[in-house]
Amino acid sequence: MSLLADLTGSCQVLAPVRNGDSLVFDEIRARDEIHLSECNTRKSVKEIFFPQRERLFAYRGQETREPSFPDEERVLFGVRPCDARSLCLLDPVFDGDDFKDPYYCSRRRNTTVVSIGCNRPMRTCFCTDTGGDPFSLEGTDVLLIDMGETYFVRPITKKGENLLAGRPGFEKAEQDQIRRKGEIIEKAHQSIHSGLNLERIKKELDKDFDNPLWDILHEKCLGCGVCTFLCPTCHCFDILDEGDSRKGERIRIWDSCMFPLFTLHASGTNPRPSGKERMRQRVLHKFTYFVDNHSRVACTGCGRCIRACPVNLDIREVLEALQNPE
Amino acid sequence: MKNPYVPAPAKIERIVTETEDRNIKSFDLSFMNKANEEDFRFVPGQFAEISISGKGEAPFGIASSPTEKGFLKFSVNKAGVVTTALHNLEEGEIVGVRGPLGNCYPIGALENKNVVIVSGGFAFTTLRSLTRYMLHEENRARFKDITVIYGARTPGLLLYKDELDAWRERDDLDLHVTIDSAAEGWKGKVGFVPTITQEVAPSSEDAFALVCGPPIMIKFTIPILQKLGFLSERIILSLEMRMKCGIGMCGRCNIGSQYVCKDGPVFTLGELSELPGEY
Repeated sequence: MSLLADLTGSCQVLAPVRNGDSLVFDEIRARDEIHLSECNTRKSVKEIFFPQRERLFAYRGQETREPSFPDEERVLFGVRPCDARSLCLLDPVFDGDDFKDPYYCSRRRNTTVVSIGCNRPMRTCFCTDTGGDPFSLEGTDVLLIDMGETYFVRPITKKGENLLAGRPGFEKAEQDQIRRKGEIIEKAHQSIHSGLNLERIKKELDKDFDNPLWDILHEKCLGCGVCTFLCPTCHCFDILDEGDSRKGERIRIWDSCMFPLFTLHASGTNPRPSGKERMRQRVLHKFTYFVDNHSRVACTGCGRCIRACPVNLDIREVLEALQNPE
Repeated sequence: MKNPYVPAPAKIERIVTETEDRNIKSFDLSFMNKANEEDFRFVPGQFAEISISGKGEAPFGIASSPTEKGFLKFSVNKAGVVTTALHNLEEGEIVGVRGPLGNCYPIGALENKNVVIVSGGFAFTTLRSLTRYMLHEENRARFKDITVIYGARTPGLLLYKDELDAWRERDDLDLHVTIDSAAEGWKGKVGFVPTITQEVAPSSEDAFALVCGPPIMIKFTIPILQKLGFLSERIILSLEMRMKCGIGMCGRCNIGSQYVCKDGPVFTLGELSELPGEY
């Protein structure tokens, strides 16, 4: 892949690399470090824009020192379309009309997203149910499709065009290659799980907040929160100080609506006191509240929560149960 | 781009211990930098995050009125880490202030209307701000009759006692201060806030009711106001919720699709009835 070699020579490139038995996004310096296998990274790309732990500012007494917001260009290479789409779901949260999160926004501005389509979706994938696609262009600046001996490369945005301009190694696709690309896409579509009707699910969820199904659905959940940490669209965080009154830093770290302390008032009141309320919150946030606020579901169907759940709680089964209440 | 997470330094000018159990103190804060003071334009009902380096931040309703210049007042109940640290500070020490945050009381809608304020315990803070704002000589004529019903468990637990005494002397404010059960030396009303509200029976005609207090007080006050003819759109409440960011991002203070920090804390009863009862 001469494009990748050329990119690593000219700017910071973050790509999936092997770390133990899983794939993670990390900086690569040479093209052979990348791992573009069929499997998605263990953690989503949200941490590239919204790290698990981040310093908001350092302080000495009451004097605060903000971190600098770097404007060095970087390329996020080998992103799966579901993860690229997730950025379009985080944007209205961190880059909203009322408030802008400067940490997220600066990283988003400086990053060009090069995605790779999913020729062989996993059994846990359900992107097409959530409005996505194994070859979705949303949130993507350049889309790659693995053609075996070569890659099909398509710039999607101005940012993507700029990234490719003047780079070596491109040839115009031939008729036969375009036909083969179509077959690859078709095959991927056929292999993907489908069956959820999110509009209907929203209707059911809106209808009955106190649906007795929640009493059963939440029972299996341990409240470990792994689903929220791996989810590309979950964005809850905590803010706390590390240090003492003289010197330290205010940080933010990922938090989870699955944890009992998340909503606990200092008075002892907790509006979501048990696992039932917490699981309901997570599902309702993704599939109705977020839709009310931003006109789309906060789920990309990446399937990480299904793969990582220690008790095999499958969000698709939860949604199916809610969709077909009888 | 203004960084919404960075607090502005403010000095504690004055500390008043409000209650005899010493659990509630009021802090008058003034900004260290003129520019921060000018930026901080608020309307009664809004809140701010106060931070203490090394301890963190917590949200508090602004108890002073925008008509009171040069300081911001916060009345703080000692309950958790930040509030305890605040209580241990002294006059002259520096804290951080981030805000103003949240929506506010609908001042525009209250104009040329009768205003009924019902409050209990230490939830009186932002309603004190509103009352003080409406009573200001430049504003008083914009509002019709103002009724304030305010209660606490004991006389010693009432906030702003000197101010209540001064308000009693006014003829442009109908003030009813009550305590839960009779106490020696207490000459005012005795009874729970909902009971006193029923007794005072403020007219709902051309009126808005603003209610803030402990959940149990709200629960029993609402039906009384409704019986008096107040419509859901004219009963206004201010909610509390655990918060961190204060700008609708960190995800913990939502009730349904609404974030108390950003879409609230002020809601009409009508708006709340559309939301899940998870608060």
